Amino acid sequence: MRRLWRWLIPLAALPVLALLAYGFRVDPRDIPSPLVGRAAPGFALATFEGAPLTLETHRGKVVVLNFWASWCYPACYEEAPVLERNWRAYRDRGVVVLGVDIQDRREAGEKFVRDFGLTFPIAQDLSGTVSVNYGVYGVPETFFLDRQGRIRVKHKSAVTDDVFRTTVDRLLAEPGSP
Amino acid sequence: MSRLGPRLLESLFLLGAAASLATAQPATPVSQDAVHEVAAQLRCVVCQNLSVADSPSEMASQMRAIIRERLTAGERPAEVRQYFVDRYGEWILLSPPRRGFNLLVWLFPLAAVVVGLATVTLLVRRWTHRRDVRPPPVDVDPAMSERIRRELESGS
Repeated sequence: MRRLWRWLIPLAALPVLALLAYGFRVDPRDIPSPLVGRAAPGFALATFEGAPLTLETHRGKVVVLNFWASWCYPACYEEAPVLERNWRAYRDRGVVVLGVDIQDRREAGEKFVRDFGLTFPIAQDLSGTVSVNYGVYGVPETFFLDRQGRIRVKHKSAVTDDVFRTTVDRLLAEPGSP
Repeated sequence: MSRLGPRLLESLFLLGAAASLATAQPATPVSQDAVHEVAAQLRCVVCQNLSVADSPSEMASQMRAIIRERLTAGERPAEVRQYFVDRYGEWILLSPPRRGFNLLVWLFPLAAVVVGLATVTLLVRRWTHRRDVRPPPVDVDPAMSERIRRELESGS
């Protein structure tokens, strides 16, 4: 009996240690989105220039929907040139990049757009409705939508050239795409 | 027909006006408590261990506004909660639902308390039991015992 007790205490610690080991290996901020595979929620915003920006008008294209903010440093600053470069490279191939500036001041957002010379359509989500509709919990977050308007990939850090090209090329190559 | 036409149009216009008035009015007055009740169940997505009700962040403020908006539109608190779960997953709930694998979260602390109490009880009983145990009587030589008795008697 005494021998059993001697082993029982270290044995009882094993599941706790295993749980700790698992916990340290998992990123608690990496939450899988329940929206992946589902139809992307529609939205109607206005660009900084006042033009309407809706998802509906881009149906049939591969849409790269990027949520950012001017205060999001350095990730948003790293990915802005990447998005602009790839938008220019892919815009004639049925791909559109849309930017949504969240939790930001208008002047700061406009300055960010000017500083990086961003030419893809960008709007501010002042009420936060669009970001909540997409389950956004930080910036930058980027959603890759297929031509059927379904969310296929949610990327939760700065988009790199590799991530952009690999994902968009895969969505463009899917059968059924025009 | 010539008289019926304008009257019909007038009636339709009045009906339309009444309908637009009806939709312009707030559907349900929503109290601060009702918003707080839902917000307190939701995790602030940009904070550490704070509810949407308690967080001073802009994101939480926007989420509270969305809760108010949806409750005002007539949604029940459970439907508003589900709206957020559909977008963020069950991670958004501060208390995971008591079903399936989540039951472990609820049962594990209870099991830990029971095991802990049992262990403490067992240890306390063992310690107190040890204190009660008297040392076994030492075998004393009867001659020595008699001598001690005599010396004690003569001393008194």
